[in-house]
Amino acid sequence: MELDRNMLLYLYRTMTTIRHFEERGIPETGQRGMSGSVHSSAGQEAVPTGICAHLTNEDYIGSTHRGHGHCIAKGVDPKLMMAELFGRVTGPNKGKGGSMHIADMSKGMLGTNGVVAASVPLAVGAALTSKLRRLGRVAVAFFGDGGANQGVLHECMNLASVWKLPVIFCCENNGYAESTPVEYALSTARVADRAAGYDMPGVHVDGMDVFDVFEAAGQAVQRARAGEGPSLLECRTYRYYGHTVFDNPLSYRTQEEQDYWRGRDPLLLFRERVAPGGLVSIDELDFMDLEAQELMEDAIRFADESPLPALEEIYEDVYVDYPLDLMRRGINLEV
Amino acid sequence: MTTAMTPTTTRELRYREAINEALRQEMERDETVIIMGEEIAGGAGREHLGIVDAWGGPFRTTVGLIQQFGNQRVLDTPLSEAAFVGTAIGAASTGMRAVAELMFVDFVGVCMDQLLNNAAKMRYMFGGQVKVPFTMLTRIGAGFGSAAQHSESFYSIFSHIPGLKGVAPSDPYTAKGLLIAAIRDDDPVVYFEHKGLYGNTGPVPEEPYAIPLGKARTVRSGSDITLVGISRMTWVCTEAAEALAPEGVNAEVVDLLSVSPIDYDLIIDSVRRTHRLVVVDEDTPICSLASDICARVAEEAFDYLDAPPSRVTAPHTPVPYSRPLEDAYLPNAARVVKTARGLVTGR
Ligand SMILES: Cc1ncc(C[n+]2csc(CCOP(=O)(O)OP(=O)(O)O)c2C)c(N)n1
Ligand SMILES: [Mg+2]
Repeated sequence: MELDRNMLLYLYRTMTTIRHFEERGIPETGQRGMSGSVHSSAGQEAVPTGICAHLTNEDYIGSTHRGHGHCIAKGVDPKLMMAELFGRVTGPNKGKGGSMHIADMSKGMLGTNGVVAASVPLAVGAALTSKLRRLGRVAVAFFGDGGANQGVLHECMNLASVWKLPVIFCCENNGYAESTPVEYALSTARVADRAAGYDMPGVHVDGMDVFDVFEAAGQAVQRARAGEGPSLLECRTYRYYGHTVFDNPLSYRTQEEQDYWRGRDPLLLFRERVAPGGLVSIDELDFMDLEAQELMEDAIRFADESPLPALEEIYEDVYVDYPLDLMRRGINLEV
Repeated sequence: MTTAMTPTTTRELRYREAINEALRQEMERDETVIIMGEEIAGGAGREHLGIVDAWGGPFRTTVGLIQQFGNQRVLDTPLSEAAFVGTAIGAASTGMRAVAELMFVDFVGVCMDQLLNNAAKMRYMFGGQVKVPFTMLTRIGAGFGSAAQHSESFYSIFSHIPGLKGVAPSDPYTAKGLLIAAIRDDDPVVYFEHKGLYGNTGPVPEEPYAIPLGKARTVRSGSDITLVGISRMTWVCTEAAEALAPEGVNAEVVDLLSVSPIDYDLIIDSVRRTHRLVVVDEDTPICSLASDICARVAEEAFDYLDAPPSRVTAPHTPVPYSRPLEDAYLPNAARVVKTARGLVTGR
C-alpha cells in the first residue's frame, strides 16, 4: 500500500501523541487523586490512528472507557483532555465528565463511555442522521472484546444492517475484559466471525500494525460512504498495563505474553516498516516523539493553571431548560 | 429466620470479608446456591496455567469461592448483564438459589428488564406458582472520582418496584447478616454494597446468622431529633449527632438497613419520642426513599411532630467528576447538623 509522506507523518505523530498522553497523563492524574477510573490505551495506538485517518471532523465516533486514543486520533486537543482529567473547567466537558466521558462534538467525538458498549447505538444514531439528511458522514463505533458480548451491540449490528447505515463496528480485541480472557468469554474464534450473522463484511486485522488497520478501515469507510451499509472490523491488539492502575495484569496473564506483545509495539513496527523506504527518516520520528513529550508538559501546565469549577456549576447542563430554583430547593451545598 | 443476638465467637472483620464469609457459609449450607458475575473469580479458563481466582471479585468480596466450590457454582460470566442476571433469575425460578453480581448499580440499565418485568412480577403474574430466590449484589456510592456512570446510589428505584426487596448494610455485622437473610429469602432481593465501606472493620460472629429483612436498627439513642441514615449515610448521621451533642441537641440515629420493605414502625416510634425527623440520603431527592419516609411520618405521626420532616440528600443532578463538585454533591455531617439545628432551635 502506498501512503504519502504526509500521511506517514500523521500516523506516527498521532500514535506517539497517544502513547505520551497515556504514559504521562495517567500518573499525573493519579497524583491529583483522580486515578480511579482512568484506563490506559498504551499498546493499542494503531487502532484509532489507522481508522480515524479516514475520517474528518464531520464524521462521528463513539468510544469506550479506554478512549484517550480515540479522542486524540479524532482530533481532540490533548491539552483540553488533560484539563478534563484534572477536573478543570477548561476541559471539553468543563471537568464534569473526566476520562470516561470526554466528548467534543466539534470534532465528531461522541464521548468516551463508562458503560461497556453503550456508545455503540450513539454511533449508529449518528449514521442514521447522516443517511436521513444525506450528509455523507460515516460513524465508527469502538468497543472491546468484552463489549462484543453486550446485547446492545448485537441489536445495533442487526439494525444497522437492515437499514444499511454508514457505520463501522470496530472491535478493539486486546485479549481481555478486565481479567477475563477473550477465549473464555467469546463463543466464536473471532469477533469478526459474527458479522456473518448480520450479513455484513467481517474483517480481522493485526491491530498492532497501523498499515493493516488503515487499509481495512479504508475499505469499510468507503463501503459506508458509498451507502452499502455497515462493516465489522476486528483489530487484534494488546493493552500494556492493567485494566486500571490498581490492577496487576500478571495475576491473569504471563510475562512471556506481555513481552511478546511489547515486541510488536505499534510505534516500533512503524519504524521498522517505514525507515528503510526512506520517505521519512528516523530523525523525523525521534523529533515527533520529542514534540509529543513537550506537548504533554504543556498540557499538564495548562491543566494545572486552569481553574476548578465553581460550586454553582453542579446545576448547569443537567437540562437545557429546567427551573434552577427547583433544583436548588432544599439543597444546601454551601456547608 | 433467627438473629444470633448473643454470639459466642466474634472477631473483627472488614465489610468485604463479612460479605465473603456470608457467601461462603451459605454455599456450604445449601448446595443449590450458585453465584455468577464478571471477574467474581477472574482469569477464567486459565486453570492450565495455574491461574485461578485472579481477581476474587472487583472488590475482592468473592475471593476464594471458586477454590472451595468449583467453577460450576462460581461462574465467571461474559460481559453480558442482561443475559446473566436474567439467567440467574431463571435458575432461581427452577430450583437454584442464585446470586448474581452487577458490578455497579449504574449498569442496571443494561439488565433492568429482567429485574423489573421478570424477577419482580413473575410470582404475581403466575398466580403464586413460582418463588424467585434470587439475590443481586451490586454497588453504590460516590466520592471516588468515578463520574456520573459509576457513582450512583439509586436504591430508590428498586424500592419503588413491587415484588423486589432491597438491603443496604452499613457495617460488617449487618453486611453478613443481611446477605445471609437475602440469600435465604424466597423473594428477589437487591443487596447494595457501599464502595466507601469495604475497608471498615467491626465485630462479626463466626457462625452464620440472618438479620431479618425489613428491620431498621437504632445505632444511637437520643431524645431531640431522629436522624435516619441509609448505608454509609448512617455514619454521616452519627458524626452529626456527635457534633450536635455539645450544643445540647441529643440526636437519635436510625440505620435503615432495608430499603424494601421499609421499617416505618421503628422510625415512627422514634419520631414519637423525638418529635423531629431528618432523613439523610446519598440518592437524589425526587421520588426518593427520603421523600417516602418523610411522607409516611407526616401521615402517621403528624400530631407528634414539632417540625417538618426534612431531608438532606444529594442534589437533583448526575454525579459530577471534578473533585470540588463531587465533594459538594455528597451529603455531609455539617449539612445534617445545620438542618437538625434549624429544626430543633428554629434557627
Ligand atoms: C455494562 C457494563 N458492565 C461492566 C462494566 C465494568 N467494566 C468496565 S470495563 C470492563 C471490561 C471491558 O472489556 P473490553 O470491552 O474488552 O474493553 P477493554 O477494557 O479491554 O478495553 C468492565 C467489565 C461496565 N463499565 N459496563
Ligand atoms: Mg478487552
